[in-house]
Formats: sequence, C-alpha cells, structure tokens
Amino acid sequence: MTPGEVETVYEALALNLDAVGATRRELFLAKLALLLSYDLGDADRVCLRIEEAARNIDH
Amino acid sequence: MRPAGRAETDSLYFDYPHFDAPKERSHLDAPAPVAIVGAGPVGMTAALALARDGIASVIFDAKSTFNDGSRAICVARQSYYILERLGAVAPFLEKSLGWTTGRSFYRGQQILEFRMPDSPREKYRPMYNIEQQYIEQYLWDAIEREPLIEARWQSEVTAIDDLADAVRLTVRDPNGSYDISADWVLAADGARSTLRKMRGLKLKGENYEGRYVIADVQMDHDYPTIRRALFDPDCRRGGTVLVHKQPDNIWRIDYQLREGENETDAIAEENVRTSVAAVLADLGFTGDWELEWWSVYSANTLALDDYRDGRTFFIGDSAHIVPIFGVRGLNNGLADAQNIAWKLARVIKGQAAEVLLDSYTPERRGATLDVFANASKSARFMTPPTPGWQLMRNAALNLSLTHPFAGELANPRQMTPYTYADSPIVLPDDPGFDGGPVPGAPLPEARVGDGYLSDCLGPGFTLITFDPGLAETVADSDLATVVLQPGSEVAEVLAAGLGSAYLVRPDGHVASRWTRPSSALVCEALNRSLGKDRK
Ligand SMILES: Cc1cc2nc3c(=O)[nH]c(=O)nc-3n(C[C@H](O)[C@H](O)[C@H](O)COP(=O)(O)OP(=O)(O)OC[C@H]3O[C@@H](n4cnc5c(N)ncnc54)[C@H](O)[C@@H]3O)c2cc1C
Repeated sequence: MTPGEVETVYEALALNLDAVGATRRELFLAKLALLLSYDLGDADRVCLRIEEAARNIDH
Repeated sequence: MRPAGRAETDSLYFDYPHFDAPKERSHLDAPAPVAIVGAGPVGMTAALALARDGIASVIFDAKSTFNDGSRAICVARQSYYILERLGAVAPFLEKSLGWTTGRSFYRGQQILEFRMPDSPREKYRPMYNIEQQYIEQYLWDAIEREPLIEARWQSEVTAIDDLADAVRLTVRDPNGSYDISADWVLAADGARSTLRKMRGLKLKGENYEGRYVIADVQMDHDYPTIRRALFDPDCRRGGTVLVHKQPDNIWRIDYQLREGENETDAIAEENVRTSVAAVLADLGFTGDWELEWWSVYSANTLALDDYRDGRTFFIGDSAHIVPIFGVRGLNNGLADAQNIAWKLARVIKGQAAEVLLDSYTPERRGATLDVFANASKSARFMTPPTPGWQLMRNAALNLSLTHPFAGELANPRQMTPYTYADSPIVLPDDPGFDGGPVPGAPLPEARVGDGYLSDCLGPGFTLITFDPGLAETVADSDLATVVLQPGSEVAEVLAAGLGSAYLVRPDGHVASRWTRPSSALVCEALNRSLGKDRK
C-alpha cells in the first residue's frame, strides 16, 4: 500500500468509528478484524499482528 | 422436576417400572468376579459388555426404578455400534429419530446449516435422539435376557474396602445390610458418585458461566429432526436456546438464564411455563402443549486424574462431567463401559496381562479431555465467559448475517471420533499407508456385499486382510479373520493395497496395521493389545 492508500483506509475507519457510535465501536472493530483476517487467509500472520497490536497499548 | 400434582416418575409418555429389593437372601454375600455400582445407562452397558465376553457380574442400584426425566437425548453413531455389539440396538433403531442436520439462527435469521458426516456407506446416522428412559429400558430388557447378570435394586453401596486380592462392598437394602466381596469393582454411580468420595478422590477441572433450564414439552409440532440453536432470539435477548425433537412428540427446549437471574425463581413451574411459551412463540408454534419435565444445569469440564484406583474403575459420570452442548456425557460413558469391559474380561479369563487395565485411563481420559476441548469451545460460544469472548461471539454472529464463514463458528462440532493416540497398547503406524484410519482410530464403515464392514467383525479381535494366504497362517481363539476383495470400497476406505492388513480390537478401534504383514507381526500386535508384551 502506498502512504496515500493507508491514509484512505485511516480516514474511512475514523469516519465509520464515529458513525457507528460509542456503544457499537468495539463490535464494529471486531467484525472488521474477522473480515480482514478471512480475506488475508493467513492465520499465523493475523495472530502475529494481534500480538503486535497489543504492544504499547498502555503507552 | 414435574408439574404440580404429578409424582417424580409420572410421565406423559413413559411408564416407569418398579423394582423390588432382592427377596431371596441366602446368596447375597457370595463373592462376585465383578461388582458394578450404579444401574444407570453406563453401569448397565458395562454389565452387558462383560456378559458378552462370558463374565458374570452383580449390579447394584440404590433406586427402585430408572433415572427420572429424559436427561441425555442424543446418542451418537459410535454408541450405536456399542449397542449393536451388546445385541441391544434393534429397539433403539425402531424408537429413535436419526438426524444429520443442525441450524443456527441469530435474532431469527438463519446463519448456519451444518451437516454431520454421513454417506450411503454409513450403517448408522451420525446422531439419534431418544429419551434416556428408553435408553435405560432397552438396556434393562437386554439385561433381563442375560443369565450372567444379577441386578439388585434398592441396594445402596455404603462402604468400600480393599482386601488383599479383592474389594469388599457393604450394601444396604430395605431388608438389611450385608458385605460382598468382588475381584473388581466398576463405579458407575454417576456425577455425585459416593464411591469417588469414599475413595477420597476428587474431580478436577473448570466450571463454566451460564446456567440453562432444560424442559421437555409434548406438542404436535411439525418440524423435522433438526437441531436448532437460537442465538439472541426475541424470546431471550442476550441468551441462547436449543431445540431438539424426541420420539413421542416430545421436544427438548434448553434456554439460558440471564446473568443474575435467580435459579430458584427460574425453575418455579410458572416461570418455566412462561419462558417455554415465549420460545414456542418464537418458533411460530401456536398449538397446545403440555409440560413434561424440567431441570437446570451449568456447564462443567471435570474429570478424575486417574480412572483407576486399585481394583476399582470409574466409568461414566463418576469419572467425568462434560458440558451437555457437546452431547458427549452419555456417549462418552458408554465408550468407557465398553473399553473397560473387554479388557477386564480378558484379564479375568487369563487371556490378557493385568497391566492391560492400565491402558483404560490414558485411552478414556484422553477421550474425555478431547471432549473437553471441543465442548469448551461450544460452551464459550453458547455462553461467553468474559467480555472478550462475548465481543468476539457477538461480532461473529453479527457478521454471519452477511458472511456465512463467520456462521461456521456456531458449529457445535459434535462428531469427532477420538483416536487413542497415547495408548500404551496402540502400535506406531506403518508409514507405508497413504490415508485410512491410523492405529487407535475407530475403524471406518464401508459397504461389503449386502452389508457393512462392521458386520464382518468377530466378537473379539479381527484381522482384516486382502490376502487369503495371511489369513491361513494366523490362528488365535480370540481372533477372527476376514478376507476382503482388493480394489473394493473397503480397500479404498482403508487405503489398503493387495498385501495390507488391519488388526481391529473388540471395541472397533484399530490396534495396528501393516502394508506388509506377517503372521509374526500380527501375533506381536495381538500380544501388545493384550498387555502380554509387558508382563
Ligand atoms: C438433568 C440432566 C440433564 C442431562 N442432559 C444431558 C444431555 O442432554 N445430553 C447428555 O449427553 N447428557 C446429559 N446428561 C448426562 C447424562 O444423563 C449422564 O451422562 C448419564 O446419565 C450418565 O450415566 P451414568 O450411568 O454414568 O450415571 P447415572 O445415570 O447418574 O447413573 C448412576 C446410578 O448410580 C446409582 N447410584 C448412585 N450411588 C449409588 C450407590 N452408592 N449405591 C448404589 N447405586 C448408586 C444411581 O441411583 C443411578 O441410577 C444430563 C444429566 C442430568 C442430571
């Protein structure tokens, strides 16, 4: 992905996180994570990314 | 529990028999080769399996009739093979409802339809629904035909003591108390096993969140025998409901209690009626219905560390408690009974070394742990224990409305036959095979002539070969040989070439297999399967 494409995704996420509202944000992200994982078709890679995403979370 | 005004065994469709305590008392203290404590389905199966191998037993039960309520209702294919070997399967086939399909719904919309493995080469369906009373009745009918089994009802075992080469049980019935010694004891006394407590043993494991009410109702409901799971339905927002069809127009409805919902209130008759009515409304059923029986349970995965304690073996619920979503409680117990019975019979007859009995725990406890792994997955989906599990479950359900792959997470995976991989009596595989069942796995089914492969098996061990020459060179009184056609359906299912052979145990599991067998290899494997290599 080019930096521009990353930015497109970043913006779409921000807009939709606001659109679904505070009580549905977690559900929305969890659904999205499942969907993207399925598309990626690589469970090991997804599990690695899950670990990476958990890092520095309290920073 | 039953509706007000009806006694504990006052059923809408089943007449409970009444059994007296033994009247003739002179022989009560005569020693028995095997004493079985508990005449539930597992104890009765063990008694029948021993009798089939020529071993006499005395079976005790504290009650004067069968278990109350229908309890376990799903009997798996593997259990039908056990019943068949006991000569008891015919009434089961006649009464039960076979099924292969399950449907899951999320807020009223179907998100998954799964089919359990089935094909024309299978003799039995993957699952059958039948009320537990009938299971017990049909096993009991077989026991009554069997002179080697003596059943003593209203006879409670109150103490157990080890003697030098036997076990002494103290038994109390309405007419008195007596001691009886037995060479071996099978503790089939259920989840609250008193023998387990008397031996100072404890079940270990986990208790799961989530409590369910299970209710049986009788109604004229037009729907096939398909397991339905309702997630987050209108009648029970946030909860899960299961619906199963049983014979006699009886329907099993399991519904989850809400967090904080008071259990005593929940099982009050009025509230059960209201909750059931709401489920039926959700199912679109508008006719009359009658409440038969209800109970409450929570999911546990608990097991003994060792199913053997000296001369006492724990079988069925006394050894393990599994969540009922996996429908393995009873099925697992029947396999325990069969497993210990063929081993014990051969040890008693001097055909096997006593060390064979040490394979019971690794094989059957292994199977239980496997059930735990599957059932824990189901339990976590049905009743998510923490916010993380809850969020992912809800995400999967929500996503499944548009993407079927997510609905697969709601598949209860009830049918995975277990392979005895870590058993001391199962031999390493022959690397020459490309497919087919590995040693320790249950023998798969295939059509042979007008019948099935399972019909060809002998009463003890069976050597399956495709080479008449090999069959002629092995002879053992406990071994039957079956010569089958190369290139046939069986050969394909077993991935067997011209020279291949399989040794199958009395419980239908593969003991060993070879691409290039010899009579010496077959004898060696037979000895190993009987513990005779480690005397
Ligand atoms: C309410 C309920 C619902 C269930 N639903 C399901 C289900 O849907 N699916 C499923 O697979 N499983 C279910 N189960 C579990 C299933 O019923 C058991 O796995 C099965 O009954 C176990 O059989 P068992 O022979 O090991 O024990 P039990 O059936 O409990 O039999 C034990 C017997 O031992 C006798 N006994 C106990 N102590 C003594 C003593 N000291 N002396 C003499 N006799 C004694 C008892 O009277 C009893 O008859 C359910 C259980 C319950 C309680």
